[in-house]
Amino acid sequence: MPKPLVKSGAVIDGYTIGECVHAGGMATLWTVTHPGIDVPLLMKIPRVSEGEDPAAIVSFEMEMMILPRLAGPHVPACFGTGDFAHQAYAVIERIPGITLYKRLPDLPLPYEEARLLVSKIAAALADLHRQNVIHHDIKPSSIMFRDSGEAVLIDYGLSHHNHLPDLLQEEFRLPYGTAPYMAPERLLGVRDDPRSDLFSLGVLLYFFTTGERPFGEGETLRAMRRRLWRDPHPPRELRADYPPWLQEVVLRCLEIEPVRRYPTASQLAFDLAHPDQVRLTARSERMKRDPWSVAWRRRFNQGVMAPRAKSDVAAQIASSPIIAVALDAAEGAPELNEALRVTTERILATLPSARLACVNVLKLNRLAVDRTLDEQGSNKHVDRLVALRHWATPLKLDESRLSVHVLEAVDPASALLEFAEVNQVDHVIIGARQSSFRRTLLGSVSAKVAAEAACTVTVVRPPRMAADAEEAR
Amino acid sequence: MLLAVFSDIHGNRQAFEACLKAARAKGAERFVLLGDFVGYGADPEWVVDTAMGLAAQGAVAVRGNHDEAVNTTTETMNAEAQIAIEWTRGRLDVAQRRFLAELPMTVDEKERLYVHSEASQPTRWHYVRATADAAKSLISTPAHVTFCGHVHRPALYSMSVTAKMTSFVPKTDVPVQLLRGRQWLAVLGSVGQPRDGDPSAAFVLFDTESCEITYCRAPYDIASAANKIRENGLPAWLADRLSLGR
Repeated sequence: MPKPLVKSGAVIDGYTIGECVHAGGMATLWTVTHPGIDVPLLMKIPRVSEGEDPAAIVSFEMEMMILPRLAGPHVPACFGTGDFAHQAYAVIERIPGITLYKRLPDLPLPYEEARLLVSKIAAALADLHRQNVIHHDIKPSSIMFRDSGEAVLIDYGLSHHNHLPDLLQEEFRLPYGTAPYMAPERLLGVRDDPRSDLFSLGVLLYFFTTGERPFGEGETLRAMRRRLWRDPHPPRELRADYPPWLQEVVLRCLEIEPVRRYPTASQLAFDLAHPDQVRLTARSERMKRDPWSVAWRRRFNQGVMAPRAKSDVAAQIASSPIIAVALDAAEGAPELNEALRVTTERILATLPSARLACVNVLKLNRLAVDRTLDEQGSNKHVDRLVALRHWATPLKLDESRLSVHVLEAVDPASALLEFAEVNQVDHVIIGARQSSFRRTLLGSVSAKVAAEAACTVTVVRPPRMAADAEEAR
Repeated sequence: MLLAVFSDIHGNRQAFEACLKAARAKGAERFVLLGDFVGYGADPEWVVDTAMGLAAQGAVAVRGNHDEAVNTTTETMNAEAQIAIEWTRGRLDVAQRRFLAELPMTVDEKERLYVHSEASQPTRWHYVRATADAAKSLISTPAHVTFCGHVHRPALYSMSVTAKMTSFVPKTDVPVQLLRGRQWLAVLGSVGQPRDGDPSAAFVLFDTESCEITYCRAPYDIASAANKIRENGLPAWLADRLSLGR
């Protein structure tokens, strides 16, 4: 055991050391206090004495570069770092509670609980990827939850930041990380693909819903390399009641080729939030692994993992947005619906990985009790869904890229804003209400959405209205 | 203190002016000039006078291969560069030529080393184009950060205590902390003749306290700089390449 360099009661750069709460292989964690900072703090100190793994130093350097740049609820707040010239440390917010690792004895979890858990982690990953960081060590012990419910991703020692030098790029001869969760491309030295994190999250989802790890626990390179060609047992083979939609999601995350996985964590979170909208493919049907003949062909025909151009995290995420088009498919003016379709088509044409959510708000009365059935006795909600699908048909989108949603709300603008927020929508396309009388009376939904949405909003008007406006001048 | 570092100005007045203005606007307190003040561009007198003025006020300046070629005919260069150097030689007065001739090959400033090309043999004018070149340079100095130019393409290399290398193409305007536990080699893009596909003038800011380096770009009046090259009968490619950034 190396001599501890830090002792209880010592003061480093104004931080008073409390007790050691964790002594891991790479670092020790201490509680610390600092005048003027009233949140609970942890100081992480790397093991750097002689004989220690040099990986500990490099990982810590990486963490020191990345942590101060991160922000938001899904990461621990960083209060300061000290470098190796004096005493290396990082002071971070102490997240109360335990990591997901403590849940392992409870596996498998009920499907619904796992769905909610993993959708929170996917939302956290989406936020991290937006900050140009790939975590590269997604596993239960890297994940905590705030009291408010958000997932927090901890431990950035193996991470890659797209705007910073990657100190780990040539550091290790073997890929460094946690074997059961490591994406296949990592074994080939690829460190710049955010979809590697989606693979790891897929492993976690598989594990948490079946109680088994899809690629075992093998730590040897040989054992790890099997995932380059051998597919895991489909969850439905292990659990008879496994929902097909969930298998679809899990196996899509576990695709060998990154390009066949979800393009972004936001799109994964979207499917987990709307299980009934998950497009089922052959993946959901599988009851067995591929026959050996197929697996062996993959093994000796590894063009699947051919070298590829360096990817850019931000560019990849930007090319795969979630677009929501808000429309009144059933009762809206045909010209406006057509103009919305033209605009949507143009936007989708440049973004082959984008997915489209068609949203309609079924306005509820403030006072009267609403009936689900209309005067003719048909279900209004279902009618709207049908109308939305009909509107989207000419776009000829692959079903896995399209979903339809009817929201029931008193205030349509608020409902749309909430939908955009919850589903991490990147771009809202909305039509302007045409009748100025109705707009004056009811207020403009599009104006409110455009003013208050956190994302880009395109407000569409049919060409005829533009002509009218000219005349009015 | 915030340093502004410039390399490979190459007689491009418009680009140098734009960089100086941008660096001052960002709070630069001290200037470092990594050589190749002349060659290629059509304003060598103005650039050298400006460099002399800055040096008189405490700026660091080192010698580049084009600065050396003005005074010695032994330096071998490609034909276009040779034509430009011979033209430049006729433009500079004695004081300007003496300034270039007396520039040091390197300046060693405690933790920082300034040099025009690869640092292990500065008089050989080797390029730092790849990790192996960077390793050779870093092994030859104890400095925490080496700044060099010469290749006209920005890059940032590091070497760990176990001599493991990293290479990186820096993102414009994103500060990177140069951690103390390793040595760094900052290769600058060019002020006066960028060749990394971005035609805007390149320079670097370095905060000596936080050890943060920021690669910056300054847009400048390329058309004027290119016209002056053409008007002076210098090879047309030297004008054309400015708007291409290569």
